[in-house]
Amino acid sequence: MIEVDVRLKLGSFSLDVAFANGAGVTALFGHSGSGKSLTLGIIAGLTKPDAGYVRLDGEALVDVARNIFVPVSRRRVGLVFQDSNLFPHLSVKQNLLFGRWFAPRGERRIEFDAVVETLGIGDLISRSPTLLSGGERQRVAIGRALLSCPRLLLLDEPLAALDMKRKLEILPLIERVRDEFDVPIVYVSHAVEEVARLASRVVVIDGGRVKFVGDPADAFNRLANSPAMNRFDRSSVLTGSIVEASAPYGLTKLTHPSGTIWIEGLAGQPGGVARVIVNATDVVLSLLPPHEISARSVLWGRVANIQFEGPIATIEIELKEDGPLLATITRGALEDLSLKEGSHVYALFKTAALDERSIGVANA
Amino acid sequence: MQDFLPAAFFELSPAEWTAIRLSLRIATVATLVSLPFGIVTAYALARCQFPGKTLVNGVVHLPLVLPPVVTGFVLLMLLGRKGVFGPSLAQIGIVFSFRWTGAAVACAVMGFPLMVRAMRLSFEAIDRRLDMASQTLGANRIWTFLLVNLPLAAPGIIVGAILAFAKALGEFGATITFVSNIPGETQTISAAIYSYTQVPGGDESAMRLTIVAVIIAFSALVASEIIQWRAQKRLGRAE
Repeated sequence: MIEVDVRLKLGSFSLDVAFANGAGVTALFGHSGSGKSLTLGIIAGLTKPDAGYVRLDGEALVDVARNIFVPVSRRRVGLVFQDSNLFPHLSVKQNLLFGRWFAPRGERRIEFDAVVETLGIGDLISRSPTLLSGGERQRVAIGRALLSCPRLLLLDEPLAALDMKRKLEILPLIERVRDEFDVPIVYVSHAVEEVARLASRVVVIDGGRVKFVGDPADAFNRLANSPAMNRFDRSSVLTGSIVEASAPYGLTKLTHPSGTIWIEGLAGQPGGVARVIVNATDVVLSLLPPHEISARSVLWGRVANIQFEGPIATIEIELKEDGPLLATITRGALEDLSLKEGSHVYALFKTAALDERSIGVANA
Repeated sequence: MQDFLPAAFFELSPAEWTAIRLSLRIATVATLVSLPFGIVTAYALARCQFPGKTLVNGVVHLPLVLPPVVTGFVLLMLLGRKGVFGPSLAQIGIVFSFRWTGAAVACAVMGFPLMVRAMRLSFEAIDRRLDMASQTLGANRIWTFLLVNLPLAAPGIIVGAILAFAKALGEFGATITFVSNIPGETQTISAAIYSYTQVPGGDESAMRLTIVAVIIAFSALVASEIIQWRAQKRLGRAE
């Protein structure tokens, strides 16, 4: 259980952030300069707040009112930076074991072999970190933090410095870390896909203030409605249950209370849950049940809200038991279909438009 | 050629050997004794904020800009037989005046700014986020210093030590002012060369010692280059 309630003034910037979460991944989400990394620094002990407290499992790491400040080295929080910051004078193995040596003997519960296996870094351990690629370095950095057997793992935009291919390699590894090692994680990011995929709770921070705390679907659906979002950034998070993996085609079928979603790949087990991020620009609307059309994911819902932006309209479609689905279409199409608030529509999207980044799976 | 430079030219006389041995001993002791102080001072100047930092920085660098004779004279006033601390040090058996140990003190003081400068630069070049990483992994400041800063600054520390060693070999002004020029006790290579040039027929000895001094100094510089190059290669920064 992590509880944060801190205030800090730095020049003209003021931070006032409070949230709490139990196990799983808490995402601090916001633009750069929003104060999310600063919050992480306060949790880690690299920055002292002016007021407030950070508590981990009830124990104060910092509590200004009670004059408590546990030094960084005694907090036992693993921190992974954007650029991995491995020790260049040590081998990968020595880097991995660095923190383990300082962990109290009785609390070295995370095993070296398990971490190496999970992160797939077995072939790297005798190498020098200076000879690793960016993705390899980041995997070692995550392993190093894990092996210090931390009570809390802090990830500060761990994928931001990597290209798309590497991101897609590491994202599932972070999911495995989340599921296999029982360490709560605070994950700082400004990437919707990462957060939607990993987090069980999202804290949206803007201008040093918490704008929203809740589950990812709510957070992003709310964000998507904010006028500041570009239409290409608008997306909705849908949650479906896995029905079957259709092996011959390499697809997985999800049921959603409002319809059916097909995703690429054989993901998860039947009964599990998958979260899908759908870009508003990828959604097509139809008044009739679609047939003889290639788009296979179809959901039926009610138009709840229409917003205009020049010739473009963003339509919020209310679905059963899930957050709304956003669709951007042209004004012309809107008038041809005579859509109004309250109309019922079929929303279609292409399975091929959902890339790996936008699909997260949790087994039941 | 044979007449101009007889083979005997290359044979060092016992007096010359004494000066060389003494120089090496003084330089080695001066370097080793000042090494820990140099490392701590360089780390403090590079990484810590404390009141009077500018003053400390100034005092450390003073011997670099003062005339060496002035430094020697200040040492004489502080540590000499009749100096401020001399008598009390003498009571506990530590005497510097006219002893080789005094020459080592003079050399250490003169070499200190060079040593600290090289070390400070290499401490400053270490990414602070490595310190943070080390601390979040459970290492306190002392362990972080020993396991991260010290090994990463090692090339700079060695280069600083070599510079101080070379400086100590060549030190003249402060040494001769503080502990005079006594053969076998405080007469280093530089002082011996100076003495030989003052007596008729001493030119040959002076020339031999000059060659020795050039060889030692040059070896020290080459050694420091090699160490730096190898360290950079090891850390993957070689071009």
